[in-house]
Amino acid sequence: MSDRLGTDGRSLLDRVRAPFEGPNTVGNSIPFWVGLAVAVAALAAYPQTTDPYTVIQSSRYFALAFLALSLCFIWGYAGVLSFGQVAFFGVAAYAFGAIGINLSSATGVGVAIVAAIAVGTLFAALLGYFMFYGGVRDTYVTIMTLVVALVLNTFMAQTAGSEWAIGDARLGGFNGMTNIPDLTLGIGEAGLVLDGNGLYYALLATLVVTYLGLRALVNSEFGMTMVAVREDEARTATFGYNVPFVKLVVFTIGGALAAVGGVFYASWGNYIDPSVFGIAFAALPVVWVSVGGRESLLGAIGATFAIERMRTGLSSGIGPIGSEWALVIVGGLLLGVILFMPAGVVPTLEKLKDRALARGRKQSGSTTTTEEPIE
Amino acid sequence: MSTPQDINVRQQPAVAATGAGSDTVLATEQLTKNFGGLTAVDSVDFSIDAGEIRCLIGPNGAGKSTLLELITGQLSPSEGSIYFDGRDLTGLPPHKRIDTGISVKFQSPHVYENLTVEQNLQVPLQRTDRDIERVMAETLDRISLAEKATTGASELSHGEKQRLEIGMAVTLDPTLMLLDEPVAGMSIDETADIANLIGSLHDDGMTFLVVEHDMEFVRQISEQVTVLNQGSIFRQAPIEEIEADEDVRRIYLGENA
Repeated sequence: MSDRLGTDGRSLLDRVRAPFEGPNTVGNSIPFWVGLAVAVAALAAYPQTTDPYTVIQSSRYFALAFLALSLCFIWGYAGVLSFGQVAFFGVAAYAFGAIGINLSSATGVGVAIVAAIAVGTLFAALLGYFMFYGGVRDTYVTIMTLVVALVLNTFMAQTAGSEWAIGDARLGGFNGMTNIPDLTLGIGEAGLVLDGNGLYYALLATLVVTYLGLRALVNSEFGMTMVAVREDEARTATFGYNVPFVKLVVFTIGGALAAVGGVFYASWGNYIDPSVFGIAFAALPVVWVSVGGRESLLGAIGATFAIERMRTGLSSGIGPIGSEWALVIVGGLLLGVILFMPAGVVPTLEKLKDRALARGRKQSGSTTTTEEPIE
Repeated sequence: MSTPQDINVRQQPAVAATGAGSDTVLATEQLTKNFGGLTAVDSVDFSIDAGEIRCLIGPNGAGKSTLLELITGQLSPSEGSIYFDGRDLTGLPPHKRIDTGISVKFQSPHVYENLTVEQNLQVPLQRTDRDIERVMAETLDRISLAEKATTGASELSHGEKQRLEIGMAVTLDPTLMLLDEPVAGMSIDETADIANLIGSLHDDGMTFLVVEHDMEFVRQISEQVTVLNQGSIFRQAPIEEIEADEDVRRIYLGENA
């Protein structure tokens, strides 16, 4: 514990780092932050070193990373496994499309962004309210959220007829909603249209800010409350915590994160279809987060990039058979991780690092008495 | 075996905190709980005065834990009411009852195994407006876990976990502390530690309701004992009378007296 509480005893750097560090995240050291800064700088330089197609593909991974963060946050930190984060992602994507198509000005797109995130968030809040105040827990939450996604999948798939339209925006059934506008920043008719590199940088910046914000949140008092709920709900309630309310807040924040991803996703492809609510897509966030590490925000982002990069590479590299192989590999990866590193890649690496450091200290003959069980 | 004289609690009059007469902290009125056809708690009128350490004993299935869960709100009564500090708690959800000044430690240890001792204490403490640093240090000292502040709770011994549990409940600074079998499965030394801990908290004015099977421990901490049998109050008397009571011996103490 820090016994140097006087702010004068700490450097400016320490004070800036403090809110982002704590027991609930990996990487609480200067080397970690340097590494992160280098990685972000490399990502910022990436569009200059590669072709536009790769940049566009990378933007897609970034949009999906919000979905991963949303699940990582609620599952890893509050123990609520939702199999239907894609529902909030997809609802926000459709809402962005419907509003954006109808109000096709820069201001209109701005309104669509805010409204779509609000719709996705409110949807999560409503579902969360009925689940958590209704006493739905554990695997039942998982099943119920999946069912919500599948119901939306079935519903949206039958909206092919022309009667299924919101103003000028046709829902489009299986074929989906097309002509969704690009993200646009500005007031009035014209504005700065974010596509290609613009969208890439907007996504990168939003992702970095979101990541830092979530780090601060999970290391705050509220983060400790989330972890307490995850570890033992009943015990946490006996300290006077309103557990359903805590879960509702967490679930709503998770819904908002998924909605942000959905808005980016819809504007990235100018298109959204019911497969975002399908079981194959619904399973992906669970795979990304399981592989990267439930309790590691950075792990979730990294695993999303890696797995999606692999999937894209296989399907574009060896044709349609590649996407079949990608499914097999993703499934195998999930099984492998669950069997051999159940905490996920990043927490396992962190543990190995700690163990190596402890062993190093012991061998150098220091007086620390860290006894690590050897497995 | 530590003799009762070792424990300072015994020298305290039961109503020391108020100085004069009875000042009821907790009262139940015709409290009843049915589980299907079984009446676990049957029309119980029961009260505790401020500054008391009351032990609740009784054979298995007597309704002790049910009574405790009715008080904390884990269960809602079939009939009757519960008053705490003059306030009707009956319809209040569990987390709001905690805020009125009741803390509870359930039977089996429920520390957060994956957190450190310090983090375990932080969870309840951060809800209060108490000075976290100060209360944390005080509590660690009180439960004798100061050297293990950064140890993972899963590495603690059974006795240490029980102390940590009591410490967690204490950080909320409750008026009334409910303890369900605080010394179950503990060694004699560990039992004496808990008795001392309860004694020192009692000296600070805390009121206790302790459900316990271990009569040696009851003797160490308590003067007034309530015996529950088949959901009803069977006897309520000072520990000496309870131990001398033939009927109580028959229903309860028979097997281990």
